Formats: sequence, structure tokens, C-alpha cells
Amino acid sequence: MSDMTMKKRRPKYLNLAEIRLPLPGFVSILHRVSGAVLFLMLPFLLYLFSSSLGSPESFAAYKQVVANPLVKLILLGLLWAYLHHFCAGIRYLFLDLDKGVDLVSARRSAGAVLAVSLPLTLVLGVILLW
Amino acid sequence: MVNRIVVGAHYGLRDWLAQRITAVVMALYTVVLAVALLVMSPVTYDSWRALFANGPMRVATFVFFICLFYHVWIGVRDIFMDYIKPTGVRLVLHVIVILLMVGYTGWAAQTLWRL
Repeated sequence: MSDMTMKKRRPKYLNLAEIRLPLPGFVSILHRVSGAVLFLMLPFLLYLFSSSLGSPESFAAYKQVVANPLVKLILLGLLWAYLHHFCAGIRYLFLDLDKGVDLVSARRSAGAVLAVSLPLTLVLGVILLW
Repeated sequence: MVNRIVVGAHYGLRDWLAQRITAVVMALYTVVLAVALLVMSPVTYDSWRALFANGPMRVATFVFFICLFYHVWIGVRDIFMDYIKPTGVRLVLHVIVILLMVGYTGWAAQTLWRL
């Protein structure tokens, strides 16, 4: 890097309330947020997995936890996080393979991620949680 | 793209690749599990237990968890590298995440192999 670029002071604009992301940027930050949320909720998810398999008694306890409406709502949120991360991740794999990197298709595929992950969350959520 | 000769240091290539490979493995497992759940529905304790007590499924589930925890480590490390600047704090957070992932691996193994 030359001295010129090193010295150049770049403007920083980091007011989160003011930033307007284009669609692919929006999908991208949601990819990060959904990943972070899933990481933070891992202990809870592992606890559910472990108690669902432990014994008939712990399975019954698991059923009771999952029957709670608040827990259902949290699990629906986590299902969204997983499915968004899943769909956006598949999009990134294609981008890595140099497929759909031009502006128009990148915007379209970002829209497709939302168009698939949101309805899929509702459908699978209703089937699996209710 | 920058033309670099990759020798010695990996320039993060190994982790970059691992993140993608683990993602593909998890995606395939997810589809298999989702289909199994939809076919099995409604799930009872016996059918749920039998699903994971089955040899190939148990191993596949464990492989999924290993991929998940490795994937989590790379992703969370990337987030820390972006937002946590003090080296000491970042180091402590990295150590915590690694220990968590090792612990979670043990937890997953225990859950699966006591079936």
C-alpha cells in the first residue's frame, strides 16, 4: 500500500439507525445475526436434544417445556435463524463458485433467500411446533 | 484477486474451506433429518429414540455436531475479529468459545451413545 492511501482519512459512517443497506447487505447482516443467535442459544438447544432422548420421563419433561407458548415462540425464532442461515449459506456457496455475482442476480438471489426462508419458517414451524 | 503464493501461512484458506465443507455436510444432514421428521410425524419417544439409536444415523448425527461446532468456532471467531479489538479480551473470548465447543462435543456424544 502506498503512503498516499495510508494517509488518506476515510469517512466513517456508523450510525446504525441511519444506515440503509441494499437487499444483499440486509441478507448478509441477517446471516451474521442468525449465526450469532444460534451460537448463543446452543446450550438451550443441546439441553432440549439431550432431554428429549434421555428417558421417557425426560422426554415428557421436554414435551412440557416445548408446550410453553413462550418457548414455542423462541423456537420459532431459532427455526427462522437456522433456515435463514441455511438459505443465505447456500447462496454464498454459489457466489463462491462465481455463480450469480453480477448486481442484478445477486439482488435477486438475496430476495429469493427471504422469499424461501420466511414462508418455510412458518410452514415447518406449524408442522413441527404445533 | 490478489496473486499470492500460498506457502507456510495458510492466509485463512484452511478455515475458509472448512467453513464451507462443514456447511455442506450440515445442509445434507438437515434435509435428511427434516424428511425423516416429516415422515415420522407425529413423533413419539420410542420413534424419536429409535431414529438416533440406529447406527448410521447416530454416527451421522455426531458428524453433524462436529461440523456444527467447528463451523461455529470459525464463524464466532470471525465476528470477534471484526468487533473485538483488544488482543487480551479477544484471546479470552476465543478460549471460552473453544472450551464451550469441546464441552458441547462431549455433551452431544454422551446424549447419543447412552441410547
